[in-house]
Amino acid sequence: MSSLQTEGLVKRYGALLVTDHVSLDIRAGELHAVIGPNGAGKTTLINQLSGELPADEGRIVFGGQDISALPVHQRARTGLLRSYQITSIFEEFSVTENAVLAALAAKRSAWRFWTPMRDDVAACAAAEAAVAAAGLAKHADALAGELAYGQRRQLELAMALAAEPKFLLLDEPMAGMSVQESAAVTELLRGLKGRYTILLVEHDMDAVFALADRISVLVYGSVMFTGTPDEIRAHPEVRAVYLGEETA
Amino acid sequence: MTSLSSHSRSSAVLPLLLLFAGFAAVPFVATALEQPFWISFFARILIYAIAASALNLALGYGGLVSFGHALFMGLGSYAVALPAFHGIASGWAHLALCIGASSLVALAVGAISLRTSGMAFIMITLAFAQMGYFLLVSLKQYGGDDGLPVAATSQFGSLDLGSTLPLYATALVVLALVTWWMAKLRSAPFGMALRGARQNARRINAIGLEARRLQLVAFVISGAICGVSGMLLANLNAFASPSSLAWTVSGELIVMVVLGGIGTVAGPVIGALVFLGLEEVLKGLTEHWMLIFGPLIVVMALVGRRGIVGLIDLWPKAQRSSTPVVVSEGGA
Repeated sequence: MSSLQTEGLVKRYGALLVTDHVSLDIRAGELHAVIGPNGAGKTTLINQLSGELPADEGRIVFGGQDISALPVHQRARTGLLRSYQITSIFEEFSVTENAVLAALAAKRSAWRFWTPMRDDVAACAAAEAAVAAAGLAKHADALAGELAYGQRRQLELAMALAAEPKFLLLDEPMAGMSVQESAAVTELLRGLKGRYTILLVEHDMDAVFALADRISVLVYGSVMFTGTPDEIRAHPEVRAVYLGEETA
Repeated sequence: MTSLSSHSRSSAVLPLLLLFAGFAAVPFVATALEQPFWISFFARILIYAIAASALNLALGYGGLVSFGHALFMGLGSYAVALPAFHGIASGWAHLALCIGASSLVALAVGAISLRTSGMAFIMITLAFAQMGYFLLVSLKQYGGDDGLPVAATSQFGSLDLGSTLPLYATALVVLALVTWWMAKLRSAPFGMALRGARQNARRINAIGLEARRLQLVAFVISGAICGVSGMLLANLNAFASPSSLAWTVSGELIVMVVLGGIGTVAGPVIGALVFLGLEEVLKGLTEHWMLIFGPLIVVMALVGRRGIVGLIDLWPKAQRSSTPVVVSEGGA
């Protein structure tokens, strides 16, 4: 069963075709990785799925609903949550506060003007679970702005998880991480696999091949090939265009 | 989830209580010392503290640099003077008109100016306040630029805001309620979301909220409370004047918020007290008081990035754990 589909998605910047008729079919429960060389349009694709960039052409269907016209916050409320490649957190709030706010925003109401946010038991429970799942339990009270780089990346993930999403758009969750940190996040994602449908954009090929059920290769904005990790490894063109470059 | 409380509890509770106890004592001390002027002077401080607290909701919590909040004070003033001119003395009518007009105008101004940000936002809010100013100047039948004496002060049953003591008590209660609410709001979901939108509007949208709508609601509440301060001011002065909408007033409100501590609960109250207090003291010393006042504000801004509240926070900080101090957490 498909969870999220795109049909002929197009994004142009002037004459430049950044997203070239991308049609993806992401099945419920799968971890679908999108790989491609720098400038292939991976983040642009994620921005269109999350709603931050309007697509010029094409449709996005999520859970049977056409969400092409919905703004970012409404897509988030349908359960389509994202994380950012460039860490995007609330620096003046504690780790837990970041997560509680995310938990509260997507599922519950922020239009409450008196009772403290931390009194929302359900949101706090979701936040606590997400912070623990992201491996930040020890730093729950630290200010987000004072976290080390790797921890900020973990918080980035925790905020997406706290919203109890149906679908996670992860934009390079391991960007800039050390080998150990990447390994930890790989383990974290392995634990999330099956519980959420995930679209993962990532440069770390070890992680991608270890985690992905299927992989789509994006080259110059268009999907060159979609297949299982084994099929990708065996595909001559993919090797030449992308994997060859990586190992060269 | 007790872990959060350390971040949300305001460490300025004690100073705030002392401050309000001081405000409450003013009428008694002034009467004992036979200095009735003090009561109306401090009433003015309370009223500007309400306006500054209202501005702080937009400016400190929301990051919306409104350079036009005098517009709402002016609207509040004329919401007393205009009906009174036509023989309506009911305080409830004044209040309804005041809150209705300020929030509607704030809704319109906010809806338009929130399409922009940064410098453009500042300029558009300023432009709206200036339009209000010139509109009132042009209303010759209501005094034009001479202003309009308040023919009948606001009557709430037997409570007449025209006499100093009831006005002082009312302003104190309003300020206490506003301050209490601002303290609660700061860590309530709306306040957290609004403060989140200031730090990172993109993320607020990404987690399923709408930054601009949060900001618009904050702007409207801010405008309405600011309007109430204008209503009290008109009763205190028994006068409404276009000069209360002057852009300098908007500027003074910003200075009060920044001086006291932007984004903090106690900051605007302390800022209004220090600003108006210093002004009064220096005016007594020399007619060139601005020469001293200006540099003082510059020094304050340089020394305490989070204003006076930031300085108050520093002092007991050594005795506390290293947890960050929260009253001053919301700097720009």
